[in-house]
Amino acid sequence: MSLLSILGVISSAIFSGTSLLYTTWGEILDERAGIVNLGLEGVLLVSASTGFAVAARSGNPYIGVLAAMLAGGLMNLLFGFMVITRRANQLASGLALMFFGFGLSALIGKPYTGTMIKGMPRFIFPGLAGIPALSTSQFKFDVLIYLAVPITILIWWLLFRTRWGLSLRAVGENANTAFAAGYNPRLIQYQTLFVCGLLTGLGAAHLSIAWTMTWAEYMTAGRGFIAVALVIFSKWHPVRAIAGALLFGGAVAFQLLLQAMGIAISPFLLDTIPYILTLLVLIAWGGTRRHAAPASLGRVYQGSE
Amino acid sequence: MSQITSTPSRSSTSVLIAVQVIVRYLFIFLIALVLFGMILVIAGKNPLAAISDTLSFTLGSTFGFSEVIVKMIPLVFTAIAVALPSRVVLINVGAEGQLYMGAWLAAWGALTFTSLPAWALLPLMALLGMIGGSLWALIPAFLRARGLVNETITTLLMNYVAPSIVTFFIYGPWRSRGDALFPQTADFVPAARLPAFFGTRVHFGLILALILLVLYWFIMKYTRWGLEMRAIGGNPQAARRNGIPLTTYIIVIMCLGGAFAGLAGMSEISGIHGRLRPGFSPGFGYMGFLISWLSGGNPIGILIMSFVAALISAGADILQINQGLPYAVVNLLLAITLFVVLAHPTFLKGKKA
Amino acid sequence: MQKKPIPTISLCGITKSFPGVVANDHINLDIYNSEIHTLLGENGAGKSTLVKILYGFYHADSGEILFNGQPVMIRSPYDARGIHIGMVFQEFNLIPAFSVAENIALFLPDLKSVFNLKDINHRIIELSERYNLQVDPQAMVSQLSIGEQQKVEILKLLLSDARLLILDEPTRVLAPHEVAALLNVLYNLRQDGYAILLITHKMKEVLECTDRITVLRAGRLAGSMLRAEATEEKLVSMMFEKDVSKLRIRRKPALKEVKTPILELQGVGSRGEGAETSLKGIDLKIFPGEIVGVAGVSGNGQKELGDLVLGITKCIHGSKLLFGQDCTQCSTQMIRRSGVGFIPENPHLMASVPFMSTLENLVLTNTWRYARLGGLSMDWQAVKMDYEATMKKLGYTFSLYAPAKSLSGGNLQRMVIVREMAHDPQLIVASYLTRGLDVQSTIAARQALIQAREAGAGVLLISEDLEELFTLSDRLIVLYDGKIAGTFKPDETNINQVGHLITGSEA
Repeated sequence: MSLLSILGVISSAIFSGTSLLYTTWGEILDERAGIVNLGLEGVLLVSASTGFAVAARSGNPYIGVLAAMLAGGLMNLLFGFMVITRRANQLASGLALMFFGFGLSALIGKPYTGTMIKGMPRFIFPGLAGIPALSTSQFKFDVLIYLAVPITILIWWLLFRTRWGLSLRAVGENANTAFAAGYNPRLIQYQTLFVCGLLTGLGAAHLSIAWTMTWAEYMTAGRGFIAVALVIFSKWHPVRAIAGALLFGGAVAFQLLLQAMGIAISPFLLDTIPYILTLLVLIAWGGTRRHAAPASLGRVYQGSE
Repeated sequence: MSQITSTPSRSSTSVLIAVQVIVRYLFIFLIALVLFGMILVIAGKNPLAAISDTLSFTLGSTFGFSEVIVKMIPLVFTAIAVALPSRVVLINVGAEGQLYMGAWLAAWGALTFTSLPAWALLPLMALLGMIGGSLWALIPAFLRARGLVNETITTLLMNYVAPSIVTFFIYGPWRSRGDALFPQTADFVPAARLPAFFGTRVHFGLILALILLVLYWFIMKYTRWGLEMRAIGGNPQAARRNGIPLTTYIIVIMCLGGAFAGLAGMSEISGIHGRLRPGFSPGFGYMGFLISWLSGGNPIGILIMSFVAALISAGADILQINQGLPYAVVNLLLAITLFVVLAHPTFLKGKKA
Repeated sequence: MQKKPIPTISLCGITKSFPGVVANDHINLDIYNSEIHTLLGENGAGKSTLVKILYGFYHADSGEILFNGQPVMIRSPYDARGIHIGMVFQEFNLIPAFSVAENIALFLPDLKSVFNLKDINHRIIELSERYNLQVDPQAMVSQLSIGEQQKVEILKLLLSDARLLILDEPTRVLAPHEVAALLNVLYNLRQDGYAILLITHKMKEVLECTDRITVLRAGRLAGSMLRAEATEEKLVSMMFEKDVSKLRIRRKPALKEVKTPILELQGVGSRGEGAETSLKGIDLKIFPGEIVGVAGVSGNGQKELGDLVLGITKCIHGSKLLFGQDCTQCSTQMIRRSGVGFIPENPHLMASVPFMSTLENLVLTNTWRYARLGGLSMDWQAVKMDYEATMKKLGYTFSLYAPAKSLSGGNLQRMVIVREMAHDPQLIVASYLTRGLDVQSTIAARQALIQAREAGAGVLLISEDLEELFTLSDRLIVLYDGKIAGTFKPDETNINQVGHLITGSEA
């Protein structure tokens, strides 16, 4: 197995996992504020299709990225309206959001199905250009991937070093305590959902614009749910999410590796690996990690008195 | 043995209540339709043409109408598959996966026991369908009962695994005729086919589905188990204090739900396709979920909503051709309706999903 | 020596009513700086309500609040904090997953958008050393003992610049040495000019540390005095005024034959989780045909005792015998099936399914009894007959077909009583069964218990209403701090004795 193919797998894992990573960060923020969003799959799809449509129309991938982020934010605000203002059940609303996303994204993406766009330039990280072994087309990444590093720090800093992050986490632990301290839990939850939507949109943009450079119905293949599992796996911490995203991106790339190694397992069975892996992660960590979850996760804030 | 109705039985009051419920449903659906229409307009489509096309096809011809019924059959099954667990506050989004696994096991039966007569093979296939779906639901059920993982996520994830397993078998061990592009299994023997009616595609599965619906209604209303299940759904803490065994119900009911979804799969491949094809379900399991939530788990509601959803679905088939609308907009309309329902709980007072 | 100083906070004529009860009736309260002021009274006296009005959770119906002599409006905790009032509740307002510093930071009114935990750590250490409230700022609150958590709560107030500290039953959850430490902290704070309002029902602390005492009884001001003028006798008589001996219903004396006790607890102990009280060394016997009342301020183990009898809480020590058989590890189901009934408070929450009809709710504990054809159908005729007969016996009427949520609290409690009494229970555990009920329903519930007693059942009556306990009980025990503080017969005691035990003032 040559260095080239190893690099290929790693590169593949990174490409595949980036959209997952952004989505997971968004959901980490959400859940830290006490909200479970099962509709991320729908948010991802709508963002991906919107971003792609705008990128294709305008010829400018970066505007497409912005459009995707905005679409994600709006979808999540809709979700926020349901669970915060109308106090609907979070699980059901999330699933409704998912179906909504299925349909809306299909509608938006229909004229662009199968179209290819130019996408974004990929380049090797400036410092590494000198290493001959790495100067292969496999190790060139687009700017959204490189952005992941500073964004990791940004999210960590937001959560743990700012007042907004402190209040966000407080709301997720006990909204009544946060209220007693003078914060507005509803407002904070709306804000968090919007930011999550922006991040998810970023991830979706990477999927359709930067990586695959096309649009197809249901192209996210369950990433929205895998993200929810990854949040548990990473113990609601943005840095650990990277490991999870790489792992799952790798599961997808694993298939390629096996093919490269000439092992003939049906691609369909290989397809199931990411999901079975997710299930195992949930089983292994879901129960024991429960005490690490934000205490009020999933609870609808009823307001005081 | 006289039954207890929830109100003093005077037919005029019951009729009044029924009318109120129907009006509420109509109103909700109207709102959803308007919102849906607005989105269509933004997308550059003509909602009025869409509606008229749909109605003229589905209600304007016998064939169209029969196609609606054809689509309705699996929806009733999957709706019950979700509704039953919902009565004990379990959220089963896995009807899609359970459907596939039921179809898979039933297909195995059809392909293996080719020499059995129909009166033996069909019930066997039905049983296999139920077992397949039930086993697929057992894992999430067990995990939920042990308090390890929420069943919503596990059933969802397993939806992605099941079709792949089925496809693997179709491309692999069970592969038969058909070109390399569209593999499928061998045709089922005639004995494995559910009979159809009057030259339409409406098959015996309809009878099964309706029987199941009546059974569901009967169990919830009259039996001891229905009573205890409703107690769990209404106030799990009080139910536990009163000695009702929560864990047992969780596992049994979840598996029953899986079994019914499995039946949906079996009835589709036996009644319509006559073979196992990859991706034969255009999301029946998911639509069943939406139907169950929209109808609040109520049997009559399930019947009505399944019909409506089937109508929309059949319409979407036509609209794909006429208007260039992707089939997935079915989800859009149903999801908007669900949003409306979720956003106005006062609308459906007394209904819980 | 000098002219009387103006009270920092003055409550004048505060009145507050809730549906069915006047919680505060024209109450006056003066709080001065450099003083520890104790608010004394038993359950339901109105202390909690008064303090919540002061802190902005409730609005008084009438009366006014003065701050340094000037009237102020306190519409929310925000306003209260604005005039430097801070409150430590019985349930702490802390986030277990946060560190001490993060918890305190959350409540700081002047927290910067980007904050530096190190600064906050320093401020915490400084203040904690000054007042002996040492705690590690970086420790996770979930790791702290209750006593340490209380320190954090107090630090929270101090760092938020509170000058009047209100503490609601602060010693309820503390060990004796922690109580001493707390009192020391309070003395130091008092030295520095803080005003402290203590809510308590424990006599010893009151007499030990306080400067001024105000007693509330049944929503009214029973008296206010300086420590120097107060004696135990005076205070107890102010707290519990009624001469309850007059209120006893004439009833048949308890059955003379001493059979095997229905319930026997031998040296039973339980472990309370979190804020729950642990029971220690409980010895109790309940014989057929008697009502054993459990008195005491809630929070001293009453609810836990009821839960323990029913099998919801496990016995850590000792043994529990039901009808002479060891039942220490029995499940709730088994206990219920062997003839133990349970009438809790708040039937809407704890005992009924809101959407189901009354009739359906009635049968829930006994579905097996009425199931026919292996469960395929229910014999509703039999259900109706049996429960209607019980309703008649008890003299109740309520709709059988209305959904349970539409019933009033009183009627719902009647339903629960019917359900529990219908199959001749041998033991009934009644836990605050008349809390929140109207007069009629209260009388009905009490009569039901007497009927059960006369039919030979044993009743464990847990209540915070002394009048109720004295009226109904054949024997009375007082729970204090998870232990039985005393046992006696209502005929042979007076309210003062009980009052002493309830307030833990007898050694």
